[in-house]
Amino acid sequence: MKFTLSWLKRHLDTSASLEEICAKLTAIGLEVEAVEDKAKLYAPFKVAYVESAEKHPDADKLKLCKVKTEKGIIQVVCGAPNAHTGMKGIFAPEGSVIPNTGDVLKKGMIRGVESQGMLVSEREMNLSDEHKGIIEVDDKFAIGTPLAEVLGLNDATIEINLTPNRIDAAGVRGIARDLAAAGLGNLKPLDDKPVKAAGKSPIAVSIEDKDGCPLFLGRYISDVKNGPSPQWMQDLLKSVGLRPISALVDITNFMSLDACRPLHVFDADKIKGNIKVRQTKKGETLEGLNDKTYTLQDGAVGICDDSGVTALGGIVGGVPTGCTEETVNVFVEAAYFNPVRISRTGRDMQIDSDARYRFERGVDPEFTVAGMEIATKLILEICGGRASEVVTAGAMPKWQRSIDYDPSWFASYIGADVAPDVQKKILETLGFEISGGKTWQIQPPSWRSDVEAKQDIAEEIIRIHGFEHIPSLSVRSEAPVADAAETQTLSRVRRARNALAARGLDECVTWSFMGREQALAFNDNKSLEALTLKNPISSDLDVMRPSILPNLIAAAGYNHDRGQSDVALCEVGPAFKSVKPEGQAIVAAGIRAGNDSARHWAGPVRGTDAYDAKADAFAALEACGAPSTSAQITRDAPSYYHPGRSGVLRLGPNVLAYFGEIHPAILDEMGIKTSVSGFEVFLQNIPESKKKGTEKSLLKIEPLQAVSRDFAFMVDAKVNAEDIVKAAKSADKNLITDAYIFDVYTGKGVEPGKKSVAFAVTIQPREKSLTDAELEEISRKIVGAVIAKTGGTLRS
Amino acid sequence: MIDIASLKAELASQISTAHDLKSLDDLRVSALGKKGKITGLMSALGQMDPEERKAKGQALNELKNEIAALIAKQESALKRQEMDGRLANETIDITLSPRPERKGRIHPISQTIDELVTIFGSMGFTVAEGPDIEDDWHNFTALNFPPGHPAREMQDTFFLPDDTSEKGERAKKVLRTHTSPVQIRYMSANKPPIKIVCFGRTYRSDYDMTHTPMFHQMECLYIGKDVNMGHLKGCLTDFVQAFFGIDDLPVRFRPSFFPFTEPSAEVDIGYIKKGDGIQLGKAKDSEEQRWLEILGSGMVHPNVLKNCGIDPEEYQGFAFGMGLERATMLKYGIPDLRTFFESDVRWLEHYGFDPLNRPNTATKG
Repeated sequence: MKFTLSWLKRHLDTSASLEEICAKLTAIGLEVEAVEDKAKLYAPFKVAYVESAEKHPDADKLKLCKVKTEKGIIQVVCGAPNAHTGMKGIFAPEGSVIPNTGDVLKKGMIRGVESQGMLVSEREMNLSDEHKGIIEVDDKFAIGTPLAEVLGLNDATIEINLTPNRIDAAGVRGIARDLAAAGLGNLKPLDDKPVKAAGKSPIAVSIEDKDGCPLFLGRYISDVKNGPSPQWMQDLLKSVGLRPISALVDITNFMSLDACRPLHVFDADKIKGNIKVRQTKKGETLEGLNDKTYTLQDGAVGICDDSGVTALGGIVGGVPTGCTEETVNVFVEAAYFNPVRISRTGRDMQIDSDARYRFERGVDPEFTVAGMEIATKLILEICGGRASEVVTAGAMPKWQRSIDYDPSWFASYIGADVAPDVQKKILETLGFEISGGKTWQIQPPSWRSDVEAKQDIAEEIIRIHGFEHIPSLSVRSEAPVADAAETQTLSRVRRARNALAARGLDECVTWSFMGREQALAFNDNKSLEALTLKNPISSDLDVMRPSILPNLIAAAGYNHDRGQSDVALCEVGPAFKSVKPEGQAIVAAGIRAGNDSARHWAGPVRGTDAYDAKADAFAALEACGAPSTSAQITRDAPSYYHPGRSGVLRLGPNVLAYFGEIHPAILDEMGIKTSVSGFEVFLQNIPESKKKGTEKSLLKIEPLQAVSRDFAFMVDAKVNAEDIVKAAKSADKNLITDAYIFDVYTGKGVEPGKKSVAFAVTIQPREKSLTDAELEEISRKIVGAVIAKTGGTLRS
Repeated sequence: MIDIASLKAELASQISTAHDLKSLDDLRVSALGKKGKITGLMSALGQMDPEERKAKGQALNELKNEIAALIAKQESALKRQEMDGRLANETIDITLSPRPERKGRIHPISQTIDELVTIFGSMGFTVAEGPDIEDDWHNFTALNFPPGHPAREMQDTFFLPDDTSEKGERAKKVLRTHTSPVQIRYMSANKPPIKIVCFGRTYRSDYDMTHTPMFHQMECLYIGKDVNMGHLKGCLTDFVQAFFGIDDLPVRFRPSFFPFTEPSAEVDIGYIKKGDGIQLGKAKDSEEQRWLEILGSGMVHPNVLKNCGIDPEEYQGFAFGMGLERATMLKYGIPDLRTFFESDVRWLEHYGFDPLNRPNTATKG
């Protein structure tokens, strides 16, 4: 909502400065977004007289002008074709700042001739894009008249950010009322006395759609002349960015901005028959005053005549019944429309208009009558003519309501004490009517449909009294030590993230949506219809992600294209299986692409692989307290992983994680040139620890030294390493404390389809040292167990 | 009889001039070995009479010990000399970089969330969570955005197909436009007193220099029998001063409007213009105090409480919400919102945080 200082002062008697007014507006909830003081901006630019304009001695297209300013004759070189002797223009002196460029004007030499300022164009003054010629000023303006005065812009403009509840402040009068309540002056009385009217309107009005339009006032005004509106009105409209059109249009615009009272003026001679307010029917059309033609749907509020819909009530008027310069007789509409209906039609038809903006937020119904009188008076004053009596259809909707309010409750809600008489004064200045004793019955004014409950009343009081009076009260925990704040999920998110970053993965945050094709590939090609956005921001961000991996793989590509091909990235966030709350999984995912480091003097670099992903997955699981050592590993990872180089970590049916190399076909599809390994850990699938309390199990350190024995077996290539380790450990569950593989070899000396696996077993003597014979016996059992499990042979 | 003193002098001179371990060992053998000079003299003691043997024996023993000590000392010196010689050839180029190790960084948004959990945890708030895919009831209607209300249009909502297993407003699926639906979920499932904070992804259909279709919000809710607007002010002031690490950071409350709070307040923090940039904090005498809006807040609207089955005549309280990207940008001087989501490792490594140095209540800033 934009208005000017002088406009405000039409309604508010105040001696407050612009700064004071702006500060107070923000303090009472009418936040000032911008203040533009054109008088200040244009102060250096003043009317000057061109005494002579002659051809520049060395340039055909330039003119040498002698310009008479308030400070004497000045020489100016000017390139404008319209510069001529005897004209008046706007002179910019040296040192002034040109609004369009922000440059400080300096004395210049143009083709050897000194120029001590310039005559400016509209573009240079930011008035329009016009730059073909310089501004020409009417001769009536004396030399030295400031530009702002010439333009009628000698007025500061204030723009406030209007919240949707405060439609009463979409009129300058409403703003003035608030400022008066806040002690910044007095609201001037409003002259809304009925005008002198005579005779019946030849156009009758009936309402069929009483829900959409409860009240319709009409008035016929004959013999008007629709010329330009008066200068004061044009100046006000221009200063808030509206183009003056004609007196009748300007008056309706003025009423909308001045009193938040949208009106419509029909050319009465173009109305066929009488006016009927009814619901529109599908297929009816309207050529709107906004230069668009609409095909209507059922159910909008139509202002109709015998020929059809002439206007969409509260939204937009129609061209066929619109006023022109030739208009002689008019029919003025002042109506009250149902906000919900206006909102629905406006949204469905995608029409944004000043009228819709106001009606859908609920204009003052009571003011419909006064609005009609004020508008009639303006028309009669400006356009002449004779007004008929008002023709009324429908009835004033009931807006009155009573709110019970106990002034002593205020402090318990707001935390600040405001004396009841102060509360009362604030409310009354805002137009609230108060009755009752200890508990008040408060009737909000007709223009405040947003005030419904005692909490709204409290807000009115405190915003005018001042938010700075609210005390600051501590909410620190009453417990000596606050409870743990994190949920289990958030705790796991944090632990997984820290563990992964500590392992070298950079944490990313990527979009929760992605392109359909990519999403399908990471959803085993199962339909994602239910997770497809109806209104995506773009087609490559149209599906809720079934997996985080594609975003991280794409990020690897993004970084590769910027010279960073060896990357390790992770993200902990949502992945979606359905639109239900339980369909949202919290996943810790990560990838490693390229080598594990840049090339280095100390040794060869190593390519990253599925085992890195496995280690990452285990790290995240362990950080979250998962019993990862008891997890089973199976080979049934989803299809976007390499079929032979991927796995699933599970506890029974519960999938803890996937890991492995990403399927090369997918990398090809995504244009990724390096190999990529990745993992996904499903944080909510980690079972809760069964352990209670904080104690760790007791550690027993054996006094006797452990013995290590190495074994090498030739086994079938398909034998799992884990089976060998488990078999070895099973040979003596008491004495064998560890077994680990330290070498796997295929190639020369090993027949195809086989592999050589070497492992070490740690044997821990318990009460006494082991004899050679006892160690020999354990070794024999180990060999036996491994052969029995794997069918391999011991290598000598 | 050999003069012990001259023998000692001779051996000492030979030991001190022995230039390697081999010749030193030869000397040891020639003096103290089975056929060594001192050994020989000692074996001759047997033929002596007791008086002489005692005197001579003592002198020889001393000689033997002294020579052995001299040899040991020389040996140690020679070994050290040899080691020094070896070390002189073992010089490395200490300017070479050590073997590379990956250092991962924590994303700034996660850093901010961790910091906020710490701050609100210390004030006695616990974390609550809710889904990113919400329904119309939780995201709008329950929050006092009636259908058709213009305030709904202020939020450019992403819509999903209806969930056919649900009815009415619960079937209409949207990406949550704010974290406020978590309030509804929590209040519907829990009885007051309620003191929660929540963090999460939020979505609005807007993409330009200062908007991304996905961003993060924080939401705070405190409901009790006597939680009033003064508590809101105190909580917010304590929080922003702790978060930005500025004890006297000015905080300004301005009346505003949100459908789910009444009264509503926007909260500004003070800053000063510094060259082309800004500096958060209180203006000094000569400076102009400017204000930056950082969050929206208010007393929870009675309709919202009712919608969650809480009697507004018995309970009241406050809520506020803040965009995390903007707060993070302000705190850490990150210039461009869009870069948060680009996953550029150069950005992550520059603006990211050390995973081994996590926020806690004992550290500041």
